[in-house]
Amino acid sequence: MRFAVIVFPGSNCDVDMYHAIKDELGEEVEYVWHDVDNLDSFDGILLPGGFSYGDYLRTGAIARFSNVMNAIVKAAEEGKPVLGVCNGFQILLEAGLLPGAMRRNQNLKFMCRPTELVVVNNETYFSAEYAKGEVISIPIAHGEGNYYCDQETLSLLENNNQIVFKYNSNPNGSLSDIAGIMNEKGNVLGMMPHPERAVDSLLGSADGLKLFKSIVKQWRLSTNVVTS
Amino acid sequence: MYKVKVYVTLRESVLDPQGTAVKGSLNSLSYNEVVDVRIGKYMELTIEKTDRDVNEVVIELCEKLLANTVIEDYRFEVEEVVAQ
Repeated sequence: MRFAVIVFPGSNCDVDMYHAIKDELGEEVEYVWHDVDNLDSFDGILLPGGFSYGDYLRTGAIARFSNVMNAIVKAAEEGKPVLGVCNGFQILLEAGLLPGAMRRNQNLKFMCRPTELVVVNNETYFSAEYAKGEVISIPIAHGEGNYYCDQETLSLLENNNQIVFKYNSNPNGSLSDIAGIMNEKGNVLGMMPHPERAVDSLLGSADGLKLFKSIVKQWRLSTNVVTS
Repeated sequence: MYKVKVYVTLRESVLDPQGTAVKGSLNSLSYNEVVDVRIGKYMELTIEKTDRDVNEVVIELCEKLLANTVIEDYRFEVEEVVAQ
């Protein structure tokens, strides 16, 4: 499976994402600069964390108008898996690929620490390797991860099982403890915690690796690629 | 030329943690008459005259980029100025 790690000016988790895919997952991966307008040769798209365009105006607001976003929308429409982590999640919200918006953390602090997540839905492209209700340890690192949407949108997210991960102990004030949501079709996931920083027990947790393994497994199932 | 002042604020229904913190601080300075603080963004745009109505252009800019209308409201003032 061939992954693209999209690099915006100000991305800083691109290297971690690349490492997770290449060294820990053992799949193909390439850095893709934000002005590229074709992603047809990739099977999965990864939007890493960081501070795209310095977070000027709002997190993700300017990145959303990068050239590459049209190609990402196209990939999403084609059903390819698209994962946005942290700033990547904020960009997906700004682009309207996922519903809602991010507010500053309720306590106004930038927080960087391991958090416990509950796998709410394990029947997705991104979470099939986890058990339903499994509690996993994935670090957060954000100042603006307080997810918000209106009541109507929340009901839709709940009724369609689009909430994939919730915080066990809400660190940022996020609505309904939401840590990660997917689109209705199930191929676009945005999450604030960083699974790419939890891919080896040396890093304190390897719980994030299953997320990437889920993507590869689901992709192989969908494309009928047989591997040893 | 137009000078446009754009104000972007969190919608009333959205909790403003920065505003709440500043209000708490003012209250602790004994300004108990301050009952609410909302913090927003202020932007000044200079826009050249075109065939299009400037108000229409500014609304478009706000809706597309300057405000995230899921959580933010915006308002603006337009002043026509003579270019120096």
